[in-house]
Amino acid sequence: MKMSDLRTELKRSIIEQLNLEELEVDDIANDEPLFGDGLGLDSIDALELIVLLEKDYGIKLEEPEQGKKIFVSIDKMAEYIEAHRTK
Amino acid sequence: MDLKITDSVHIKNQKIFHGKEMIFSAKPSADIIQFLKQAYKYLNVSYPKFHKMDGLSKLGILGTEVLFQNRTIHPETALIFSNSSSSLETDKLHIEAMGDIVSPAVFVYTLPNIIVGEISIKNGLLSENVFFVTDKFNAGLLLDYSEILMEDSDVPAVVCAWIEWKNADYDVFLCLISRKGNLAFNKENLEELYHFENE
Repeated sequence: MKMSDLRTELKRSIIEQLNLEELEVDDIANDEPLFGDGLGLDSIDALELIVLLEKDYGIKLEEPEQGKKIFVSIDKMAEYIEAHRTK
Repeated sequence: MDLKITDSVHIKNQKIFHGKEMIFSAKPSADIIQFLKQAYKYLNVSYPKFHKMDGLSKLGILGTEVLFQNRTIHPETALIFSNSSSSLETDKLHIEAMGDIVSPAVFVYTLPNIIVGEISIKNGLLSENVFFVTDKFNAGLLLDYSEILMEDSDVPAVVCAWIEWKNADYDVFLCLISRKGNLAFNKENLEELYHFENE
């Protein structure tokens, strides 16, 4: 899968899994911060993203702290998934 | 103590009543998900976190939106809530997911009193709150607890509520209790108001 396709797939999954019903794929920039001033995700969303990595890409984060480095933006998530995915 | 039922809201059978006036209705065929979405849009609520909530919290947010509209709500306004089925519908979703990876976003709503937290966050309330689980609507319990709270502290107002959600049915009744208004806050009036949409 191309990186651009993976980014789009990720945006769709995040909107669906995190119930971001007022957002469309095009509303999320690849380098936009997912937490804080960007999408404004919260701590429960972070746990949902960990579940998403495991369910969709077979990536099991052993330490939740790892999420801080991965869930920075769509770009960072896509890079990590591409390097570590098992499915 | 001269307390009044200042205002009330009912949500049931795809309809929202403010006092005795119906302010919104969806098609009778609308399920709870469709109804909640349509009511959210109709009431012009702008609160993205709403979409992450379970049905019980969504009902509570919509009910208080109507109850609090065009009013300044004091941060010490207490919330005295009750229902019969607790968080059963969300509990069932969580149990169904247990064979796989459970959803943290579902799990956090497996307690009924999360609803009072959601309403407090949305409306900036820093007040007393409680959630009772009882067999049926208990006007005496809501009355006693409200009176004790308002007599023994500086609580300026109370929201008494019955928020029930079981299977496809929901039954929401919210009352704003304060020292303003014409309708006396007593068991008879509370029961009459509750049964208005339940007869």
